[in-house]
Amino acid sequence: MTDYVSALSIDISLLYPEIALLVAASVILVTAFLGRIARLAPALAVIGFAVSFLLSIEQWGNPKAGFGGMVTCDDFGVMFKMLFVIVSLLTLFIACRYFKVKGIDRPEFYALLLISTMGMMVMANSTDLVVMFLGLEIMSVPLYVMAGFNRHSLMSNESGIKYFIMGAFASAFLLMGIAFVFGAAETTNLRRIVADFNYIATNHRVYLYAGVGLVLIGFGFKIAAVPFHTWVPDVYEGAPTPVTAFFSVGPKAAGFAVMLRVFIFGFADIGLLTGAFWILAVLTMTVGNILALRQENVKRMLAYSSISHAGYILVALTVGGADSLSTAIFYLVAYTMFNLGGFAVVTLLETRAGCKSDFMELSGLAKTNPYLSALLALFMFALAGFPPTVGFVGKFYIFSAAVKAGFVPLAVIGVLNSFVSVYYYLRVIKTSYFDQLEEGRFASVTVTPSILFVLVITAVGTLGLGFFPQRLLEMSQAAVFAFL
Amino acid sequence: MSIDTVIFFISAVVAVFGATMMITQRNPVASVLYFIVSLLAQAVCYVQLGALFVGAMLVIVYAGAIMVLFLFVIMLLNLRGTEDLGASTGRVSRFTKYLVSILLIAELVFVIKSVFIPATTTGIMSMPADEFGNVAPVSKLLFTRYLYPFELTGVLLLVAIVGAVVLAKIDRGDKKRVTDELEESAGQATDGTAG
Amino acid sequence: MFEVILTSSIQVVVVIVVVLTGCAWATWLERKVLGHMQQRIGPSYTGPYGLLQPVADGLKLIFKEDIVPDSVERLTYTLGPMLSFVPALLTFAVIPYSRDFSLFGLEFKGVISDLNIGILWIFAVTSLGVYGLVLAGWSSGSKYSLLGGIRSSAQMISYEVSYGLSIVGVIVIAGTLSMTELVAKQASDSIWFFENWYLWRNPIGFLLYLTCAIAETNRTPFDLPEAESELVAGYHTEYSSMRFALFFIGEYANMLAVACVATTLFFGGWNGPAFLSFVPPVIWFLIKVFVFMFCYVWLRATFPRFRYDQLMRFGWLVLLPLAILNAMVTGLVVLWLG
Repeated sequence: MTDYVSALSIDISLLYPEIALLVAASVILVTAFLGRIARLAPALAVIGFAVSFLLSIEQWGNPKAGFGGMVTCDDFGVMFKMLFVIVSLLTLFIACRYFKVKGIDRPEFYALLLISTMGMMVMANSTDLVVMFLGLEIMSVPLYVMAGFNRHSLMSNESGIKYFIMGAFASAFLLMGIAFVFGAAETTNLRRIVADFNYIATNHRVYLYAGVGLVLIGFGFKIAAVPFHTWVPDVYEGAPTPVTAFFSVGPKAAGFAVMLRVFIFGFADIGLLTGAFWILAVLTMTVGNILALRQENVKRMLAYSSISHAGYILVALTVGGADSLSTAIFYLVAYTMFNLGGFAVVTLLETRAGCKSDFMELSGLAKTNPYLSALLALFMFALAGFPPTVGFVGKFYIFSAAVKAGFVPLAVIGVLNSFVSVYYYLRVIKTSYFDQLEEGRFASVTVTPSILFVLVITAVGTLGLGFFPQRLLEMSQAAVFAFL
Repeated sequence: MSIDTVIFFISAVVAVFGATMMITQRNPVASVLYFIVSLLAQAVCYVQLGALFVGAMLVIVYAGAIMVLFLFVIMLLNLRGTEDLGASTGRVSRFTKYLVSILLIAELVFVIKSVFIPATTTGIMSMPADEFGNVAPVSKLLFTRYLYPFELTGVLLLVAIVGAVVLAKIDRGDKKRVTDELEESAGQATDGTAG
Repeated sequence: MFEVILTSSIQVVVVIVVVLTGCAWATWLERKVLGHMQQRIGPSYTGPYGLLQPVADGLKLIFKEDIVPDSVERLTYTLGPMLSFVPALLTFAVIPYSRDFSLFGLEFKGVISDLNIGILWIFAVTSLGVYGLVLAGWSSGSKYSLLGGIRSSAQMISYEVSYGLSIVGVIVIAGTLSMTELVAKQASDSIWFFENWYLWRNPIGFLLYLTCAIAETNRTPFDLPEAESELVAGYHTEYSSMRFALFFIGEYANMLAVACVATTLFFGGWNGPAFLSFVPPVIWFLIKVFVFMFCYVWLRATFPRFRYDQLMRFGWLVLLPLAILNAMVTGLVVLWLG
């Protein structure tokens, strides 16, 4: 491994993808009040994302570090950067129409989305706790605003406020933890902590443990792991649906990226962590699935489902080791595909006047929109983990890696949980195919090109990766080997 | 005991006292005042460590600007601490409350225990280099070694401002107030006409 | 060690006494000058030219009954006047009034405490002064006081940013935050003794400083927190006797502090013309401060009060961009000239 710590260099080329997003956001903000040009905001954002994506690809396979070891631009970071751009881009396409219909289409949204994505990139790319924290805040602050973006809706306001308060709370835990770690290690740089780990762990054991525990709580809030999940359903339900889609994937992936960096790379030698992750994983899977059973609102159901999926990924983190961790990244990508797809359909249905995404509103969808309901069914099957979708492949990888590493009870609990989840996912399909609704209750759905694009991409991803997972798995393994 | 030690202990005690009082007061204005006391005491600690600049910034930014803003909002809402903030919650969350506090107390006990049986002791007031903490060295560090976090902080502040403006700005023709969603569900769908 | 403590203590006492008497006679100055500007004669009965008027006022305030309304929050009501008075006095700790000198065999420095972050100290202390006003307004339990308190907090927050930014230009040019060094850098031996004053190098900074400082001290035309025509007396409506006097002295002490800082930052501090070197430097300092105090009164006699929304708009949309621009341009020029 190269000597990253001494790399004090200020190397802007490490940050090109981030800078591209920031520039795009600034341009949107400056042009936001220029009337006609402001309408170009989505296009500008797409250009920003595309440029950022290309610049990220450029960095693949060429690990570098800079800024005093605060930034590490390895395959792991690049993989996540690309994932974030894809997530944001799909969100953007989902959002365009929805926001117009709801009358809250304002250019600032796209700037916030860009900056939030930039924050995620900063998180995934950093090997310094302070930079991670700043990235987390840059990611979160736009999210709070996006959650409350529909100012005319009390639900949206509530969602924004709740998310803000819980997010601030989580940040406090995280900062306190970082302070403790700093007190123990006299540095916030993960590479230095790894280098001096034995010294720190023997001399400042308690501070280190207290700090790591608090950091875990802070990140636990962000990935909505179970006992720190209470904000999820209300925030997800109240936020504009495309924003909910973004919440369920983007911040979660970013949270897992930093968790991998901090706990698998930085504090790998703390034995207690495996136990903590074990409990977190089991709780998160079980509570998420069981509470999802009782939901009457599709968005709330998907909120709990996203909690349970975080649990599956936590299983991979608990097991540890290159094989298992690469499945975690694989599953994150896969989950992005079918979850965003599912949300795209839900968003589309919600653009009908008077819809609030209750289960009942899905009734008779198969008659009015057969293709759409077929896609919805596909995504639900993937979420439930049916073959031949990528949902099955991902879960299979995770649980087989767990069994191989000797975590049999954990794997069994996970599989049982997947069985439980089948009930509520199939309920969506059942409602849309077998339930009847009086004629003309809702206007029919019009599929716009942007949403169609999202649906095609996610459907192709869900099925294609299910049949040919090899390439993605190899990339995930390359990403994991970058920091192990 | 040198005079420095005496001052340190006084300010440390005042800081902790202020912080404790801040979270136990029912009256929000009193909370703010105790917090300011705590901040001032912390500033004294910083100055003792030779970090004059940080100490001054703590007073100017936190005590002088942010807390004034807090007071301003409290006065605008005219909160007098008589509101019932302790609304009863479900049994589960009540249970979690105690669980979490017990866990935190246990952690605190562990930490304090480890302080009284310290593995290595470094002096509390070991003075760093002469110029440390003054404006010039701090700014040099900010623009070289900590350039990245520094610039990121700038982005963070920018996005916070943008976010606040987005939420608070009144659009042209934005005459509608927040819609009561209950009304909406009663059939008076107003979506699509707003804004 | 003992000598340092002794000289510092003497200085502290002397400075406080001078400031307090200065405040007292600043009120006389204000009334007299205002009187003449409005074609009246102002105070003239007590003593020659009414010079003993402040003494009479002081005696009156001391012997007045101290009325505390029932509806007040006791603790904060008591704290209010103190918090507005003490920070004003603390400012003077870092203001250099003279070069180092010896008196009665003791070596004195020309400043109580030569902090190397002197300017930051001033800003830290003045930023705390607002609490006195805000708390007084809040705790009085009267709507006029509350409105005055809210106004003053909003005004202070709005103008503090520009206030701080307005002196960045000078700091960048001087490259120091120490008040004594700032004065030393403005010294000049030539006949044009004012050639090195920072006023010439950063005039916009000075105008910004002056404007914001007037707003920060709540003087006309920015005296909305105590606008008597709308709010009776604003935040100190419910105060009487010495509590009221503390507010009053605090306000004048703040004005004096602002005048001293302006003198130090922009007008060369205690530096005087080299050919008049027999005059003690403190005299030059006092003359410059006096000119500022006169300007304060002059402004009061000249300008009408702003409306509240105008005040806010002026602060955020005119002063702040100007201050940022000034800081940026000064920085660039300094960088360019090396």
